[in-house]
Amino acid sequence: MLAKRIIPCLDVHNGQVTRGQQFGRAEKGELANMGDPVEMAKEYDSQGADELVFYDITATSEGRSMMLDVITKVAEQCFMPITIGGGVRNLEDFRSLFLAGADKVSINSGAVNNPNLIREASEHYGAQAVVLSIDVKKRENEQVWDVYVAGGRKKTGLDMLEWAVRGQELGAGELVINSIDADGMNTGYDIEANKLVRAVVDIPIVASGGAGSPADMRDILLKSNVDAALAAGIFHRGEFTVGEVKEVLAKAGLHMRIVGEN
Amino acid sequence: MKTVVIDYGASNLHSVVKALEKAGMNVQLSSSPADAKDADSLVLPGQGHFGQVMQAFLKSGFEPVVRKHIKNKKPFLGICVGLQILMDSSEEAPETAGLGIIKGKVKRFPNELSVPQMGWNQLKIDKLNPLLENVKDSSFVYFANSYYASFSENLLGSSTQYGSISFQSAISDGFLNATQFHPEKSQTVGLQILKNFKNITESFVS
Repeated sequence: MLAKRIIPCLDVHNGQVTRGQQFGRAEKGELANMGDPVEMAKEYDSQGADELVFYDITATSEGRSMMLDVITKVAEQCFMPITIGGGVRNLEDFRSLFLAGADKVSINSGAVNNPNLIREASEHYGAQAVVLSIDVKKRENEQVWDVYVAGGRKKTGLDMLEWAVRGQELGAGELVINSIDADGMNTGYDIEANKLVRAVVDIPIVASGGAGSPADMRDILLKSNVDAALAAGIFHRGEFTVGEVKEVLAKAGLHMRIVGEN
Repeated sequence: MKTVVIDYGASNLHSVVKALEKAGMNVQLSSSPADAKDADSLVLPGQGHFGQVMQAFLKSGFEPVVRKHIKNKKPFLGICVGLQILMDSSEEAPETAGLGIIKGKVKRFPNELSVPQMGWNQLKIDKLNPLLENVKDSSFVYFANSYYASFSENLLGSSTQYGSISFQSAISDGFLNATQFHPEKSQTVGLQILKNFKNITESFVS
């Protein structure tokens, strides 16, 4: 039986892991430095993480080459699936990330600007290697979620559900639903948004943003039936290990891969 | 002992090479079929679209040497689409014939399941299986596939349950080995499987 996944997420800025709240900006000094990405990846590997996600949040070419270097080092030492996102604009970006050691590449703004990129990448590398990442924000007093890009700064005019369905049709093999409201707030995932997306697509869904406790991860997996829960701060601050979270989830009846038992 | 990982211009080869090295193998990544002729073991990775992978493989010129290697019962490991192209055909590209080395067809998971199957699923291990020695029953390995091989013959290996579908997730007859999952992405369990492939290769050489 397929296990639910727990995915630590590492935002990398100039070769270092950073963390902010509600899409804070590196250039404004709103991000805290959390450590060396390769060392952190090895630690999460040993804790039993099911996968690692890296977002390159530097927009410079210098930052990009540092990112590729990080990925190569991680892939040499961690024998687990690795997803990379951030600044992916064309097929050449996909190619360089796969060559560095990515198993999946995540696209966000690049797909909003050019939806056909999803199709091209999927035809070229297979749906299993193409992740569509969607940043969403709920409208006040309405059951509508809008899609944003540019780190939550720019409203696209796309509706979350329509974009999710379109992404699947174009060939994305997985969706990540990032809640802008919940990001870094430690108050729980956006269960409602994930539930709605789950009802309209068949491909795997990763919920992202808001994890403050193992109970939050339990709730999103049980109540919205998504496939995976992604989290950053809760792990980076050392509040819980991946293994501790998984034990709580397994006790709640979720099917988890507990490392050490197999 | 010489192990060649076949580079035909597809897939994440870096991880496969690193994981085989971690398992203690001396690995050569090569895009030249001449390198594979005197290899003790061959590894065929693969991911993506069956039709495109098959085309790239045929174009690479590795087909004759792979056929001969397998016919001579030398150790071989196919991974993911590297397993699938050994079959007769695939629903993913009905117009493209597979290599037909193993009898059977590659099928798509039914629509009521979440497709692709993405993540860690479990192995139900058949007994007497050199590729899966020292791997415990119910161990988790990493899958990322929309299609699975449906074999015409009964082959030893492992099976995996995904929703209503039970499919054969690995096969091994001691020489010809193939996995639908990614051992190079399956942490300690995957490394054990690659060590077993190393042992298979060593016992062939000696």
